[in-house]
Amino acid sequence: MKTLILTTAALALSAGMALAQSQTIRMGTEGAYPPYNFLNDKGEVDGFERELGDELCKRAELTCEWVTTDWDGIIPNLVSGNYDTIIAGMSITAERDEVIDFTQNYMPPAASAYAGLNADVDVATGVIAAQATTIQAGHVAASGATLLEFATPEETVASVRNGEADAVFADKDYLVPIVEESGGELTFVGEDVPLGGGIGIGLRESDTELRAKFDAAIQTMKDDGTLNTMIVKWFGEGAATF
Amino acid sequence: MFSFCTDPATLSDLPWMACYLTTGKHLNFYAAFGTVLLLLAITAPAALAFGFAGAAAARSRFAPLSLLGKTYIAIVRGVPDIAFFLFFVIALDQGIEYLKHQWVCPDWDQPIRQGNDFIVCQAAKVPLGNAAQWVHKTYSFFVAAFTFAIVFGAFAANVLYGAMRAVPRAQLETAEAYGMTHRQTFWRITVPQMWVYALPGLSNLWMVLIKSTPLLFLLGVEDIVYWARELGGSKTPRFTDYPHGDWRMWYFLVLLVFYLAFTRVSEVVLDRIMARLTLGQATTGGDAQRRVQA
Repeated sequence: MKTLILTTAALALSAGMALAQSQTIRMGTEGAYPPYNFLNDKGEVDGFERELGDELCKRAELTCEWVTTDWDGIIPNLVSGNYDTIIAGMSITAERDEVIDFTQNYMPPAASAYAGLNADVDVATGVIAAQATTIQAGHVAASGATLLEFATPEETVASVRNGEADAVFADKDYLVPIVEESGGELTFVGEDVPLGGGIGIGLRESDTELRAKFDAAIQTMKDDGTLNTMIVKWFGEGAATF
Repeated sequence: MFSFCTDPATLSDLPWMACYLTTGKHLNFYAAFGTVLLLLAITAPAALAFGFAGAAAARSRFAPLSLLGKTYIAIVRGVPDIAFFLFFVIALDQGIEYLKHQWVCPDWDQPIRQGNDFIVCQAAKVPLGNAAQWVHKTYSFFVAAFTFAIVFGAFAANVLYGAMRAVPRAQLETAEAYGMTHRQTFWRITVPQMWVYALPGLSNLWMVLIKSTPLLFLLGVEDIVYWARELGGSKTPRFTDYPHGDWRMWYFLVLLVFYLAFTRVSEVVLDRIMARLTLGQATTGGDAQRRVQA
């Protein structure tokens, strides 16, 4: 009897291990950057990247699961293996490429823009709000303006509304709905600034196999035009497409 | 949740509010209060245990043990909370996975550290990569509780260390005169009497612990402050059925009331414990109680 129980237990254990080999890809995102990614009313991850990510996983025949994390810790948690991809509107930059790898871009290099309470803010000398550790924050710091950093995109816009900053500098796609719905309170300031090498999925440098799978899936979506349809759906007719 | 919530844009204020406050997101917010209370319920006794062990070790006459206790207290007290929370949790997680990796994948031939990456075999992941989301959440919750216990344990250890030394020497001398061993004196005289000296310090720690739960989001656990910020942020009609402006003030007001009420309840309970502990002690409080009875 005892051996029987032991054998069953051993069988169950090895079955568990065999199951463990079939991998679930955990997709890390911020969940606070509409329309790229945000939490919907049900509290689930939603947005352009949710739809895109689910489609990519389907094409690459992967099982995917979504997790949200703080923007500040998004890269350390990836390299430490708490999730397998970053799909969070992250622009491909040389600096980040030293630490992690990127797939080919799924968004063309997008314009960043300033938005303020009135159109005559001097963006070269004023106080500009940006989210910490983004390419926009780097750009503001280099431009000579006074940089005011916040942990979340929401706070950067709020700081303009309450007068703490003269303007906010962020991805234009993020600012467009906010400016349009603000009823004339907010307005775009100055010219758009093209920044970064487009947006890609971030992966661990050692994860070359997974990167190849996502690269191929993105390529098929570019080829059959579904990616462009998806971009237009979430970012409007004026958005840059492939 | 309610049947009339199908098209929130058409609703008048009151039903709109009823629908808004019962969205899935809000239910997560309410559940987060439970998470915070559960964390406190687990962390407080665990931290006290760590503190007791740390203080007892620091007082030990066996030099290495004493050094160990004192090092624990000094290092954890000296490192900033945020640095400790970011570093320790990732290190702990990697440590667990490393040990499991050695156990389940002995014939793994690739290096575990590849540049910045930390790679263990799939079967050694904790929790397993394909485990359900609630397993991941529970795991990170317990890692969080453990980290909180270690951090607050170090502070508690220092408080208890001081409290053990505050027990009047005369009490210990009497115990020795009765022929008690060192261990007997510690358990029968020092420990029962030290709490009255420890309680003010411990109650401070408890108050700080109550309010430090926003550190939870650093560890991937969504606490009430995270949800208040997420829910209160302005929402445009494009991405939600319930657009609104910047309502963070109202959400934080709710948190303010919650924390104030919780602090008040804690104060009342701690006062009662203090009165109970003071009974018969050779302190000013104990004298005052004796005078009232006389």
